[in-house]
Amino acid sequence: MISKEEVKHIAKLSRLELTEQEIEKMQKDISAVLDYFELLKKIPKQAGIANVSGKKSIGIEETRKDEVISSYNIRDELIGKYPAKKDDYIKVKTIL
Amino acid sequence: MELTDLTIKQAHKGLKSREFSSVDLTKAYLEKIKKSDKEINAYLSVYEKEALLHAESADQKICSGDFGELTGIPCAIKDAIMVEGQRCTAASKILEDYIAPYDATVIKKLKEKGAVILGKTNTDEFTMGSSTENSAFGPTKNPHDKTRVAGGSSGGSAAAVAGKMASFALGSDTGGSIRQPASLCGVVGLCPTYGAVSRYGLIAHASSLDQIGPFSKNIEDAEIVFKAISGKDSMDATSANYLYEKMESSKKPLTIGIPKEYFAEGIDPEVEKIIKGAIKKAEGLGFEIKEISLPLTEYALACYYIIDPSEISANLSRFDGIRYGLSLQNGDLSDVYFKSRGKGLGIEVKRRIMIGTYCLSSGYYDAYYKKAQEVRNLIRQDFAKAFEKADLLFCPVSPFPAFKIGEKINNPMSMYLADIYTVPLKLAGLPGLSLPAGEIKDSLTSSESIGLPVGLQIIGNHFQENKILNVALQMEKVL
Repeated sequence: MISKEEVKHIAKLSRLELTEQEIEKMQKDISAVLDYFELLKKIPKQAGIANVSGKKSIGIEETRKDEVISSYNIRDELIGKYPAKKDDYIKVKTIL
Repeated sequence: MELTDLTIKQAHKGLKSREFSSVDLTKAYLEKIKKSDKEINAYLSVYEKEALLHAESADQKICSGDFGELTGIPCAIKDAIMVEGQRCTAASKILEDYIAPYDATVIKKLKEKGAVILGKTNTDEFTMGSSTENSAFGPTKNPHDKTRVAGGSSGGSAAAVAGKMASFALGSDTGGSIRQPASLCGVVGLCPTYGAVSRYGLIAHASSLDQIGPFSKNIEDAEIVFKAISGKDSMDATSANYLYEKMESSKKPLTIGIPKEYFAEGIDPEVEKIIKGAIKKAEGLGFEIKEISLPLTEYALACYYIIDPSEISANLSRFDGIRYGLSLQNGDLSDVYFKSRGKGLGIEVKRRIMIGTYCLSSGYYDAYYKKAQEVRNLIRQDFAKAFEKADLLFCPVSPFPAFKIGEKINNPMSMYLADIYTVPLKLAGLPGLSLPAGEIKDSLTSSESIGLPVGLQIIGNHFQENKILNVALQMEKVL
């Protein structure tokens, strides 16, 4: 079981404000899910650990190559979605 | 027969012969939505005015003689796919008032073909869930039994087609979000090969897994829609140079592999009976049936629930209260992040962001994320070996039929287990289809109630949607 402190720490890393009730629920739920992940330790080592870079596997790589995206101008539409802005800039609170 | 009963093919015939117009057809669906959807909650928004305008211009196209199979056909779109100028919420409070700035590529394609968009359908928040109960706007009910879930996450799209509130629908599938609701609602649902359909304009959940696909009343319709939305798109670098070609029946009988691990402990005996019955019928059609093994099946769900939340934790960092949607401006800059995300995101989304953050964090990365990537590769190899022995695989979509609303929502692990048969193929980027195979008569509800649908899952090798659809069409006739 992960501790309440750990839950609060993960929430902080995730930039999430949680209520006291949510913290308690997360502690229980995340622990159950992490326990389930223990299953992966059972995989026999000799299974030959696959190459994570994915080379030599099957066909998927062909769908992955860098491409130059031609200009597609929806700049104004995207800027229009900023909740707070000044001219074309996103407005944020002072940082320092 | 009512207009809303017609398949795409039948409606197209009627439009072509001027038996009825697209406006008639669209009005019939809008009426049906008005009548049924208060109870079902399949739609989050309905575009009555725009739909009728589009139907009118479709009718003009039809009069001019320049039209295709989808022209004038009314459809529903999952509310995670953007339709320019319309609200796109992903069923989240954080995007409650968000208006989509552009069309997703699939929407552009449907519009070019003259399809009529009726509205946007319900989903689990940010497409995370297996029941639509995680929607910020209430669950979708199963048209077969309104006390039960429609499945998820694309439950609204499945229920819209099952409830005759759309001729077809689009959904998205990350871990089962098309196939599982299709199975639970008794409609056809196709999750294409990763890369077959452009993801541009789909709100990202887990980018190495997300894929858009159709819900339809039958296989022929699924083929029409898949053909229309698939193919290379310069706006999605992971979309493949792929062109759908219909497969003619081969002279040599195809081999159907039955992965024995999908019939292990935990499957509802009634579901097992229906799937085994479907396999018998496949044998009757002349297919060669062969038991095969996918030994890593039991690890797939754990592998998925590490990779999926990890990608979520990165993808959802864009909802920061600054660039889009809900923005709570009290306090300092860091308060804007914490409060906007804390108030705007629901409990399941928060849970997955946190699981992903944990799995990716320093000290845990190797034990979780790296390990899961290794297992993912082993699972890919597992499937590659299986497809050396068989052309297609048959198995259940879901271990159980539609469950009661509220039954699993408070226990996330039991909800995740609903995806046990749908996630493995996603880790390998493979296509899968859910075909209605039968119904379980529910003795607990009233005797005249119709049964709970069960879907047969047909899995193919990469970009072999044509083989899946060819066999599904033959199976559809005997099921």
